[in-house]
Amino acid sequence: MTREITLSQAVNEAIAEEMRRDETVILVGEDVAEAGTPFKVLSGLVEEFGTDRVIDTPIAEPGFMGIAVGAAMTGLRPIVDLMFGDFLYLVMDQLCNQAAKTHYMSGGKLNVPLVLRTNLGATRRSAAQHSQSLHALVAHIPGLKVAMPSSAYEAKGLLKAAIRDDNPVVIFEDKLMYQDKAPVPEEEYLLPLGEAAILREGLEVTLIGTSSMRQVCEKAAEILEADGISAEVVDPRTLVPLDEGTILGSVRKTSRAIVVDEGHQNFGVTAEIAARISEKAFYHLDAPVIRMGAMDVPVPFSPALEDLTVPTPEAVAANARALVRGVPVHAL
Amino acid sequence: MASSTSNIQPDDEVLIEMYRRMLLIRKSEEQLFRDVKLGRTPGQVHLSDGQEAVAVGICANLDDRDQITSTHRGHGHYLAKGGDVNAMFAEVYGKAEGICRGMGGSMHVADFSKGIVGANGIVGAGLGIATGAGLANQLEGEGRVAVCFFGDGAANQGSLMESLNISSLWRLPVLFVCENNGFSEFSPSDTVTSGVISDRAKPFGIPVWNIDGNDVVEVWRTALEAVDHCRSGAGPAFIEARTYRYSGHFSAEAMVLSTPYRSDEEIQAWRARDPVARTRALIIDRGAADATACERMEMEVDACVEGAVAFGEAGTAPDPGTAEQLMRMGS
Ligand SMILES: Cc1ncc(C[n+]2csc(CCOP(=O)(O)OP(=O)(O)O)c2C)c(N)n1
Ligand SMILES: [Mg+2]
Repeated sequence: MTREITLSQAVNEAIAEEMRRDETVILVGEDVAEAGTPFKVLSGLVEEFGTDRVIDTPIAEPGFMGIAVGAAMTGLRPIVDLMFGDFLYLVMDQLCNQAAKTHYMSGGKLNVPLVLRTNLGATRRSAAQHSQSLHALVAHIPGLKVAMPSSAYEAKGLLKAAIRDDNPVVIFEDKLMYQDKAPVPEEEYLLPLGEAAILREGLEVTLIGTSSMRQVCEKAAEILEADGISAEVVDPRTLVPLDEGTILGSVRKTSRAIVVDEGHQNFGVTAEIAARISEKAFYHLDAPVIRMGAMDVPVPFSPALEDLTVPTPEAVAANARALVRGVPVHAL
Repeated sequence: MASSTSNIQPDDEVLIEMYRRMLLIRKSEEQLFRDVKLGRTPGQVHLSDGQEAVAVGICANLDDRDQITSTHRGHGHYLAKGGDVNAMFAEVYGKAEGICRGMGGSMHVADFSKGIVGANGIVGAGLGIATGAGLANQLEGEGRVAVCFFGDGAANQGSLMESLNISSLWRLPVLFVCENNGFSEFSPSDTVTSGVISDRAKPFGIPVWNIDGNDVVEVWRTALEAVDHCRSGAGPAFIEARTYRYSGHFSAEAMVLSTPYRSDEEIQAWRARDPVARTRALIIDRGAADATACERMEMEVDACVEGAVAFGEAGTAPDPGTAEQLMRMGS
């Protein structure tokens, strides 16, 4: 049986189910208890699990991230709530020098089973320090897994898998998607980290979209269908591990690819995926692989500018049309 | 020190000017709150209504050469330090005529010509920046002072310790002003903060004042002494001012919270100690001005805010070329 729930409810259910299943799972962050975070995602959890396990912290991101790493090394499974993805910069040492490296540097003898839940996404009119999509920074660091749920279904399944993973996983939810509904099974399910999904089959171009860019790609595919162009849409679901097999299989079939992601385009996720396609599916390609990331500027406040910085379905469709028709695409 | 040791009073002119500034902040923010509800501003705002005496009492002791760093709750600091109200409204409305050309919005109002080094979206970020301004001031040797406004929540960032240690060690002219409004977002301070915040500065040998932040005269008098200490080259100083924000953490909180995190009685108790009303009463009490003169001032401020709304509304959307141009200049 499935029912429609919001991404926010999906996250809430995933945490509640895992906290019931495993009493070492704790939740740590700013205003996670009574307030349930400013995104209202965690409401009700403190009532069920109490303040011993749903823990409000002071505003001290480096501090509580360090505490989570230590607790994870010594028997707990913390879920850290980082209110905005932009605050990743504050936790980088604990996340990248400590959590990411401990398993490896201890010769595999120590685990750090923690989940860092945070978010990404612009166009909320919150300016440059509350609008960033910083998953590429984290994906760059060996030892960290990175999940990018693209709907309520993925949000629940990936989070449950992340909580059960024995080493650090960072999950980025799109903050504009918390109220979006999607069908989610009532029965328990997990989505393994490292399995992409083909959401729409097509023959002429592969659109690879992460997080909410999946919906952008799906809308682009509809526009293209009206033009008589058949597009396939792939959601990688996790960046690390990356399901290369599914992506390369799709591109070998369609011979063209556009990679769409809300992180900055320079040195970003789109570049990495495009490079892997170019290296490993080169002889199947009929056109250059196109990257479409967020404009390489700090996110401007004014809506008139902010809306221009993020890829749109129309822009993706326009690039796809050009690729299929053999017109050169002047990528940014 | 519980409060300032002296009992010096601001003269009438200073008191009246402080009242005018507090009114301008209060009325501007009330307007911005309405603007959010009307959809006239993109995004949300963090209001400082109830906290005006801290910003104004401190900044009355500064001039344009002195710098301040502000917070996410920054309209009051900006206006208290002499920031232009028209340009602030245009900024919050996202217009090209805004003080930051529409690039920053409410959380990032800044004006370097007035020493307003910037509001900030990152809680605690101003601590290091103000200390850095203190270093620049020390090397320049002209007696400028950098003031860091930060919240009780921000006081729990480790960078407070780093900034206190460095500024004391190097005797930097930095005045730390902790606006203790009792909340760290929706968490009451006592659930997230251990001990008395201003005590944190004492082991570094930094002079500390713990004052009523709703009494503009007490803030002014304390700042007079503290700024003087910093300017004289004796190193940093620390003021903790107890105050309260009536409108809560931010303009959309009623929508995100299922249960209120503070009581109506608490809000009313603080309203009874309203800094703006107290200053008005003091002015009349002292005979610095009469009720008619106060009313005239209030109407002038209303007109000023109306003018700012009109200026902001008449503003234009920033040109798409601006973003890229700014990046090229920055690289
Ligand atoms: C580094 C960082 N952590 C968390 C936040 C989210 N946040 C914004 S304001 C705020 C509360 C700040 O409390 P305080 O410093 O006391 O200032 P106040 O809001 O009371 O003026 C929080 C948690 C942020 N903007 N930056
Ligand atoms: Mg506070």
